[in-house]
Amino acid sequence: MTASSILSCRGLCVSVLSDQGRIGILKGIDLSLQTGHILGIAGESGCGKTTLIRTILGILPRHARIDRGGLLFKDRPVPVSPRGGILRGSLGRCIGFIPQDPYLALNPVFKIGTQMMEILRWNGLPGEAAGTGRLADRKLCREHLIRTLAAVELPDPGEVLERYPHQFSGGQRQRILIASALIARPEVILADEPTTALDVTTQKQILTLLRSLVSEFGISMMFVTHDFGVISELCDDVAVMHAGCVVETGPTRRVIDAPEHPYTRHLIESHPDRGGILLAEDDGAMRPPA
Amino acid sequence: MLRFTIRRTLLVIPVLFGLLLLTFCMMHMVPADPAAALAGENASLERIEEIRQLYGFDQSMPMQFWRYLLQVVNGDFGLSLYSHRSIGGDILLRLPATLELTLTALLFGTVGGLSLGTLAAVWHNSWFDHLIRLFTVGGLAIASFWFAIMLQIVFAMNLDWLPLRGRLPTGMTPPATVTGFFLIDSLLAGDLATFAAAMRQIVLPAMTLSLGSLATITRFTRSSILETLQKDFVTYELAAGIPKRRVIFPYALRNSLVSPITQVGLLFGGLISSAVVVEAIFDWPGLGSYLVDAILTSDYMAILAVTLVVGTVYAFVNIVVDLVHSVVDPRVAEEL
Amino acid sequence: MPVLKRLLKDIPAVMGFLIIAMIILTAIFAWQVAPLPTEVYGSNILERLQPPSPDHLFGTDALGRDIFSRVLVGTRSALTIALSVVILAMAIGVPMGLYAGYASGWAAELVMRLTDIFLAVPQLILALAVAQILSRGLESAMIALAMTYWPFFARTVFAEVQRTKTSLFVEALEGLGASPLRIAVCHLLPNVAAPIIVRATLGMGFTILTSATLGFLGIGATPPSPDWGLMIAESRQYLPESWWYSTFPGLAILVTVLGFNLLGDGLRDIVDPRLRRSR
Repeated sequence: MTASSILSCRGLCVSVLSDQGRIGILKGIDLSLQTGHILGIAGESGCGKTTLIRTILGILPRHARIDRGGLLFKDRPVPVSPRGGILRGSLGRCIGFIPQDPYLALNPVFKIGTQMMEILRWNGLPGEAAGTGRLADRKLCREHLIRTLAAVELPDPGEVLERYPHQFSGGQRQRILIASALIARPEVILADEPTTALDVTTQKQILTLLRSLVSEFGISMMFVTHDFGVISELCDDVAVMHAGCVVETGPTRRVIDAPEHPYTRHLIESHPDRGGILLAEDDGAMRPPA
Repeated sequence: MLRFTIRRTLLVIPVLFGLLLLTFCMMHMVPADPAAALAGENASLERIEEIRQLYGFDQSMPMQFWRYLLQVVNGDFGLSLYSHRSIGGDILLRLPATLELTLTALLFGTVGGLSLGTLAAVWHNSWFDHLIRLFTVGGLAIASFWFAIMLQIVFAMNLDWLPLRGRLPTGMTPPATVTGFFLIDSLLAGDLATFAAAMRQIVLPAMTLSLGSLATITRFTRSSILETLQKDFVTYELAAGIPKRRVIFPYALRNSLVSPITQVGLLFGGLISSAVVVEAIFDWPGLGSYLVDAILTSDYMAILAVTLVVGTVYAFVNIVVDLVHSVVDPRVAEEL
Repeated sequence: MPVLKRLLKDIPAVMGFLIIAMIILTAIFAWQVAPLPTEVYGSNILERLQPPSPDHLFGTDALGRDIFSRVLVGTRSALTIALSVVILAMAIGVPMGLYAGYASGWAAELVMRLTDIFLAVPQLILALAVAQILSRGLESAMIALAMTYWPFFARTVFAEVQRTKTSLFVEALEGLGASPLRIAVCHLLPNVAAPIIVRATLGMGFTILTSATLGFLGIGATPPSPDWGLMIAESRQYLPESWWYSTFPGLAILVTVLGFNLLGDGLRDIVDPRLRRSR
């Protein structure tokens, strides 16, 4: 049974214009998200992980430029545009996004319901061709939002829609954001370090939630993080990034047990809970630290 | 919301009291004898004494202040030293004219400012943006009386597009008084001719008056939106597939309103100040020209009464601004 | 100095500085630079209401006086008045702000309520009322203007002192037994100096505008003083034919106030990065 690639990058090069001239942020990124898998993108801050996400989503900042390379969705090329947003019709409804900081990502002066409705308006209900900017049946839409909020285990979803972001805790807000990513029942979700801003207990809950949602809705997820512990717990595959390049990719287990690239080794070893990573959860056999 | 309003209103009362005290002190700093001034130039000594007792000028200061307080609260501001008419009555007659002018100018300044500021922010660093930035600083350096005269020269005298002065063309009767605002009253009466005429008359004065607010609100909107556009939720909304124009309006804009709206409250004071000269230049029959006349005739009773009234109106305007503030940003209401 | 370097990068602020420098030089050397100094006060009826020409760059007024020379000399009174008002307002407002900010108790509260009261009335109106009460002259106008502006200084200083008084060095000084007066004057005041300078610069612009308005209304300056506001008031009856009579004094006001505002904004951006406007 060969997994197919649902989303892949081929030779992506992105640069940014700064005071010191044009600086390359992504220098030829090749990676591939297998259908139904969770791909972890690991690396320290500054390696270009966030830029990669932004490139796929088409929300690069002003002075950034895509120099070369492209994206394939289900093995078909997709036009990329630095600031065009997710192109409607082609990738639009198929990619959801979970941002990093739940305290900053939600608009503070609008109700949750209003914001989610807006996302729904432009992404369309599952089954619709594409988001058209109009909401055909408000009641139907509202029910859909309530169902989605229930799926992320938020109590009293109807109430949630009527509240403002500052009335929720960080963990709850992150669930709201996950629900927002699920609105169009996308096939791919890009998650940019969604647990970094949360405390450890909440982190665990969110990770568990994500894993169950992935299997329940048949989603393929690209999960960006600097934390190898999270990767070992959640991700099926991992791509390690360093200074704008992918230095190593492969199944998580293999990369952790037998890292090939020195940087990968360095990342794994510098994790505070090195022992925890190396003890497999789903693989019963214990192996000694490398 | 109601609690918020009440609390906010209560805060204002000590200030108003202090203002009352201030105007009372100023009234008694005038070297002239108030009774003699009121009696007029050729009054006999008995007459002056009569007036002194009538107005309580012979009583102790605290007693006089108490009388003053009671009078003011009842709307009695005494008689004009010049016309001997009731100041309170005149103020009431003229207040709607000033409010109509000021609110029109404020409306224009706010709507114009929000639009120009948003466009300038969205087209950051374009030639339009630079032009707007020049305008925001330059606009505040322009003396309103000078601007009024310049507009008169160009539009009224040379081009003859707009009338030179007044609230209505000479000979036209005002509509039946409902609100005192000619624009509204004429619409209510279905009198479109008067409405159109009143519109034409208000354009130049309102444009002049709105200059400062336009410049300020443009500036604050622009910087506020630029700041908001850096925020994470904007990036998120774009990432979630919402088109850019929709992210800006309404989503970014409402977040950016706090800063300009705070300015509106502060602007109102400047508007009232500028209204004084603008009304004088355009012969607009409001409080401003009343004040100017009072100055010319050294009618200090009238001057102080206007000061008091204006201060009170200004205080209540600020309450309204705070209310709007709390509606726009729900976090504010919980703070107070 | 790092502050100077940052200021130099800010083009509008530099422009403002240059404008002000030019204005100050004009004020100092007005009598030397004016082409027709005798016509500043002396009239020349034969040449009344002449349009701008090489002889009379800004034209002549109703008494035949050269408007260009009058505008130049008018710079002196404009700046002198503005400076006096700002200094007076500072002299009142800064100590009050210091006291209200540092001391606690009902007296401090009272000071802040006092600023509220003075700020309750829009500036021009308050200035008009006070000027009226005091008598009509120039000094009264200056006092009146200072009365309207001191609360701004008080508030600025108050806010800064509130911010600084909880910082460690103040606690240390208090612990060492330094007297409150000493702390306020020798230690808190220098920290507040920067916002005060910003406020003073902006205050100059505000005062020039407001005093021109007072002059226009006939308060403060009296004929034959070459006050810009007064000139514009005098010009009204000769419009629209003698358009130059109103235009040039107004432009002088515009340029001067613009200069102070640009510089003040630039200084404010440096002094308080929190208030920094996105440029």
